[in-house]
Amino acid sequence: MIDRIPSGFHPFVIPFLVGMAFVLLYCFGAMIRVLYELSWQDRKKFFLSLLNPKILLKDIKDIFLNCLIHVPLWKRNKLFGYMHSSIAFGWFMIILLGHIEVLLFVPGRINLFYYPIFFNYFVAEDDVTLRGSLLFFLMDFFLLLIMSGIAIAIFRRIKNHVFGVKRMARPTFLNLVGLYSLWAIFPLRWLAESFTAHISGGSFMTIPANWLFRQFLGNELNMLPTWWAYSIALCVFMCVLPFTRYMHIPAEMLLIPMRNAGLKVRSSRKGFARVEFFSCPNCGVCIDACPMTVDNGNVKDCTVYLTRQLRRNNEERIQEISDKCLLCGKCEALCQVGVEGPGLRILERARRDYTVPFLYPAGDKKVESRKVLYFAGCMTHLTPAIGRSVEAIMKKAGIDFTWLDEQGGLCCGRPMFTAGRIAEAKAIVANMEKLILESGCDTLLVSCPICYKMFREQYNLPGVEIVNYIPFINNLINTGRIKVEKSDICYVYHDPCELGRGCGMYEEPRKLLGRSAGIAEAGHNREESICCGGSLGSLSLDFSQRENMTKAALNDLYTSNADAIATACPLCQATFARYADRPVKDIAEIVNNQIL
Amino acid sequence: MIDFGFTLSKSSTVDLNKIDHSRYDQLVKLVPTARMCMNCGSCGATCTVSEYKGMSVRKVLYGIQRGEDVKAMLSSCMLCGKCTMVCPRGINTRNLILNLCKLYD
Ligand code: SF4
Ligand code: SF4
Ligand code: SF4
Ligand code: SF4
Ligand code: SF4
Repeated sequence: MIDRIPSGFHPFVIPFLVGMAFVLLYCFGAMIRVLYELSWQDRKKFFLSLLNPKILLKDIKDIFLNCLIHVPLWKRNKLFGYMHSSIAFGWFMIILLGHIEVLLFVPGRINLFYYPIFFNYFVAEDDVTLRGSLLFFLMDFFLLLIMSGIAIAIFRRIKNHVFGVKRMARPTFLNLVGLYSLWAIFPLRWLAESFTAHISGGSFMTIPANWLFRQFLGNELNMLPTWWAYSIALCVFMCVLPFTRYMHIPAEMLLIPMRNAGLKVRSSRKGFARVEFFSCPNCGVCIDACPMTVDNGNVKDCTVYLTRQLRRNNEERIQEISDKCLLCGKCEALCQVGVEGPGLRILERARRDYTVPFLYPAGDKKVESRKVLYFAGCMTHLTPAIGRSVEAIMKKAGIDFTWLDEQGGLCCGRPMFTAGRIAEAKAIVANMEKLILESGCDTLLVSCPICYKMFREQYNLPGVEIVNYIPFINNLINTGRIKVEKSDICYVYHDPCELGRGCGMYEEPRKLLGRSAGIAEAGHNREESICCGGSLGSLSLDFSQRENMTKAALNDLYTSNADAIATACPLCQATFARYADRPVKDIAEIVNNQIL
Repeated sequence: MIDFGFTLSKSSTVDLNKIDHSRYDQLVKLVPTARMCMNCGSCGATCTVSEYKGMSVRKVLYGIQRGEDVKAMLSSCMLCGKCTMVCPRGINTRNLILNLCKLYD
């Protein structure tokens, strides 16, 4: 390989250089801004994590697996994963191989930034070049890989349903510009390299094309215009990148080390949150996942639109989107970059000002002292059978307990918390903590998953074990304190959002239910379970707007053909019971009926 | 005046012409379902706080329509959402309370 152009320069590299300079400066500025927005503790944590070889290694591994190979996408959808990883990984390899080529053949040019990108234009094959060498082959191979990915992407735009992803977020004008320029880059590169291949050499993609073009097009005349076009396509793509979803490429590379450093979102607009919402590639997975989008309603209130509006600072829409969400957590569970849809919304709600303060309504209560304190939670007042069943089970097992609800325990504070009134929720928590600690109990038994999540995450109760009733009852059976017999009724189990995605408890309820009845699975279960629609998470959804969501969740449960529905959340039970055509029971009720 | 050992109680007449309706009107704009209340009282009956502070969405709603001060009731609500669950008219009572908490100055 020898240098063909003595100056090592041609004006067509200018557009590329302009685009590259712009995008680098922009990303650098954005990174400084984000770092500045972090609290100093977080900043310190982040920088220290970069010095820790173990975390650094994990950062590199995660960036490689997530940004280049797109492992989470592969797990969800093979074709989708192939499409993204072929483009990302292929592009990365082409850049890497380009640098290797420069280093090997024209090491003097390595300080020229654009050389690896336009290598084939600047060099000519000579006697010592191995014809069809491995490098050339690899270059063409990765180009083919990328073009196959792009072909799939184009096909997907035309025929969406092939992918099983039904709905995509509507692209904005700039996003379309970005998309089309991205699609153009690689075919143009292939053409440019093909037209140059009789000089620079090539491999299985470019040499035959060069031969073919020679038959009817000629190569010399077309060479420069295509190199120009390639450079301009790169320039356009890089210039619009910061204003399009492609910003996710640099943002994710910052998000991963920040997440590995243990940073948390503390504000919905600044610092870590900013990196998070810029990391959303608008894949649209959260649209199909969201229970609110049944019958194509509320599509614009999904998390993908939250990230978009947060980027635009569209206050009105941000408020609307934040208030509507059920906080069921499914979008977060399925999101490949881990955008915290519910968490960001709670923080957004926390920005509102309330002029009427909250004053804890009951302050001077005392709870009698027992080993086990049972909190059924306020929602259970509407489904008293759950509380009574838990009570009956404990009596049969001979457990000494008392009710917290009847003695001044009002509410766990979770509804206040999800409404974004964090300080007010903390006031409830403080009062409840005092009540519980003063009772001297050693176990706090909770049967509502909404409360359970709150107790686990927001309460500080030294010396008190917080247990959900499901593992508690399982344990009673394990230790032989109660015995259950299996009934012939078959139940389909609905994973309540707060217990499943919220607390990660999926198998214990199935085990307990399986001990006392037949068990079937819903169409969507475990972390893909569909919210009942009754969630207190939503502030603005009216009763009538929730009906379709509940019915859709029920239809998904009906696909199992079970005789009845079992759940482990009072709110789910109350919500489902409204429209269900078969009985809806809490696991505690089922177990209690089957005790020998 | 001679002290007879008792007083006349304050008149409980509500003069609707003298009442400032702006807050109620604002509320109805923000939470349209607020107009649908039929005063059944289910909300108050199910409310955990009613036992302590007399909270009831029904009372809040007619209170603001009569120009009464309902702030004490509002500040006791824990947003637990039981009233929403039982309301036969499907009123989004939690949203109603949250919005009212913003409307006072
Ligand atoms: S929030 Fe997550 S799931 Fe939704 S579009 Fe963005 S990346 Fe995809
Ligand atoms: S948390 Fe649930 S309801 Fe809210 S946007 Fe995500 S999927 Fe939709
Ligand atoms: S009521 Fe049940 S399904 Fe609905 S949000 Fe709560 S936990 Fe989820
Ligand atoms: S949301 Fe407020 S008013 Fe309604 S039941 Fe709960 S505490 Fe009472
Ligand atoms: S339950 Fe509903 S309709 Fe009945 S009084 Fe309360 S708000 Fe009004």
